[in-house]
Amino acid sequence: MIKEPMRVYLDNNSTTPCDPRVVDTMVPYFYQKPGNSASRNHPFGWEAEEGVDYAREQIAALLKVDPKEIIFTSGATESDNLAIKGVFEMYRSKGNHIITVTTEHKAVLDTCDKLTEAGAEITYLKVAEDGLIDLAELEAAIKSTTILVSVMWANNETGVIQPMKEIGNICDKHGVLFMSDATQAVGKMPTYPKEIGVHLMAFTSHKMYGPKGVGALYVSRKSPRVKVTAQMDGGGHERGMRSGTLNVPGIVGFGKAAEIARLEMHADAERLKKLRDRLEHELTSRLEECYINGNVDHRMPHVTNISFKHVEGEGLMMTFNQNIAVSSGSACTSASLEPSYVLVALGLGDDLAHSSIRFSLGRFTTDEEVDFVVDKLVAGVNHMRDLSPIWEMYKEGVDLSNVQWSEH
Amino acid sequence: MAYSEKVLEHFQHPKNVGTLDKSKSTVGTGLVGAPECGDVMRLQIEVDPSTQTIIDAKFKTFGCGSAIASSSLATEWLKGKTIEQALTIDNMDIVEELALPPVKIHCSVLAEDAIKGAIADYQSKNGIAVTAMASSH
Repeated sequence: MIKEPMRVYLDNNSTTPCDPRVVDTMVPYFYQKPGNSASRNHPFGWEAEEGVDYAREQIAALLKVDPKEIIFTSGATESDNLAIKGVFEMYRSKGNHIITVTTEHKAVLDTCDKLTEAGAEITYLKVAEDGLIDLAELEAAIKSTTILVSVMWANNETGVIQPMKEIGNICDKHGVLFMSDATQAVGKMPTYPKEIGVHLMAFTSHKMYGPKGVGALYVSRKSPRVKVTAQMDGGGHERGMRSGTLNVPGIVGFGKAAEIARLEMHADAERLKKLRDRLEHELTSRLEECYINGNVDHRMPHVTNISFKHVEGEGLMMTFNQNIAVSSGSACTSASLEPSYVLVALGLGDDLAHSSIRFSLGRFTTDEEVDFVVDKLVAGVNHMRDLSPIWEMYKEGVDLSNVQWSEH
Repeated sequence: MAYSEKVLEHFQHPKNVGTLDKSKSTVGTGLVGAPECGDVMRLQIEVDPSTQTIIDAKFKTFGCGSAIASSSLATEWLKGKTIEQALTIDNMDIVEELALPPVKIHCSVLAEDAIKGAIADYQSKNGIAVTAMASSH
C-alpha cells in the first residue's frame, strides 16, 4: 500500500540516496577509526590508510584498472578541473588545442572557457538532434596542436551515451589524450577506460549511491603514462596530483558503493529499464503531444527526458512537487530565462525545452512509485493544458509560429 | 525555492480561468509573452460600455506558478473596476500581494502588460483613444 503523503524521488541524476550498506561501512571511520591516512607512525593512521587502500581497490575493480590509477578528489567537478587544467598545463609545450562538446556539463565547459584566458584554443563539437556527436566532425577537428579530447560518457539531462569506443579509436589513431566526464555512467553501466581507450575519467560517489563530497579521477599509468599538473598544492597526497587530507569515511563509503555497483549494476539496469520504459509508455500513450528527447537506443536505462508540449515545466512541477521530485529543463527560476542549453543543443525550440521534465530512476525506485508518478503527471499535464492559452490556440488550429509574440 | 502561501493558493485554485468571446466589441484581449521565453499570458476583459466598468475578466497562462498566480490575481482585481481604475494597477502591487521573489518580478510585469493590452484592445475596437500602452520591459 502507498503511504500518504507519498514522496517519490525520481531525481537520481542530481544525486542518489546513500545506500544503507554504504552508510554502515562508513560509520566506524568517524569515531572508532579517526586517523589521518597520511599518518604513517601510529595504528590510527595505518587503519585509516587500510580503509582508503581497500576502497581504492574496490573502485579499481569496478573500472578494471590498477588501484594506483585512482586519484581521490572532492567530486566530479574537481576531477574535471584537475583533468582538463592539469593536462593543459602538463602538455602545454605539445599544443594548446582542446576538443569538447556543447552538451558537456558546466564543470567541463566552464573549465575549458577559463583556459582560453591562458591561451587554450577550444573546439566545441555540436551534437545531432539525438544528442550524439558526429565522429567525422571530431576527427576533422583534430590538428597538430590538439592535446585533449573531452567527451562525457552519458549526458546528465538526457542519458544519451556517446560512441565511446569509436571516439577512443580516433584519439588513439591521432595520438591525442581522451578524457571523459563519466559522472552519470560509472556504477550504472560498464565503464572500462582501458577497453575504450579513455586516459582520464572523472566520476563521483554521490551519483552511485555513495556519500557526497568525494569523487575520483582515473589517470592512466601505462601506455600512455599520463600526468596532470596538480591544481591543489600542499602535502603531496595522491601521488602529488591532489594534495589535501583524504576524506577517509567518504572514500570508504565510495569504495563500498563501487563494490555494490560492480555486483548489482547489471540487475539494477535491467529492472530500471523496464520501469523507465513503462513510465515512458504510459505517459506517451495517455497524453498527446509528448516528445522524448535524445537518442532512445543509446542512453542510460534509468533516464527519460520528455517534453510536454505547451506546458511550462516549472509550472507543471508545481502541480506535484509536494510528492514527486523530478527536474525540469525550464529555467524560469534563473535570472537568465534561458532554458536548458543541452536541450537547445539538440535542436529543440526554446518552447519545447521549457516544457521538458527529466525523470531519473534509481536503485530504490519501485513499481508502485512509477504508477503513482504516471497518474500525477497525467493529471498535472491536463491541468496545465486547461490553463494554457497556447494549448487552446494549438487545439483551434492556430499556427503558433505565425503569431506575433510580444517581446518581453 | 519555496512559494508563498498566496501563490500556492492561486496556483492550486486559480480564479477566472477561461475564454471570453473575442469577437464581441465589449471584450478586450491582451496576449503577452512568448513561448520561447516560457511565459504566455492571455487576459481578457468584458466591459459595460455605459459605465466603462469591467464586468468580467478571464485568463489563461502558460508559465510557472508565479505567472499563473499573477494573472489569476489580476483578473480578480479587474472585476468591478472602471477602465480608469484598472489602468492604475501596477506590477509592484502584484509583487507585494503575492510576495514574489526578485526572480519572479517579470511575472508581475507580464500581468500588468496583459491588463494594459486588454484595455487597449477594447479601446481600439470601440474607437476610443488608447490611454495606455503596455510598458516595454
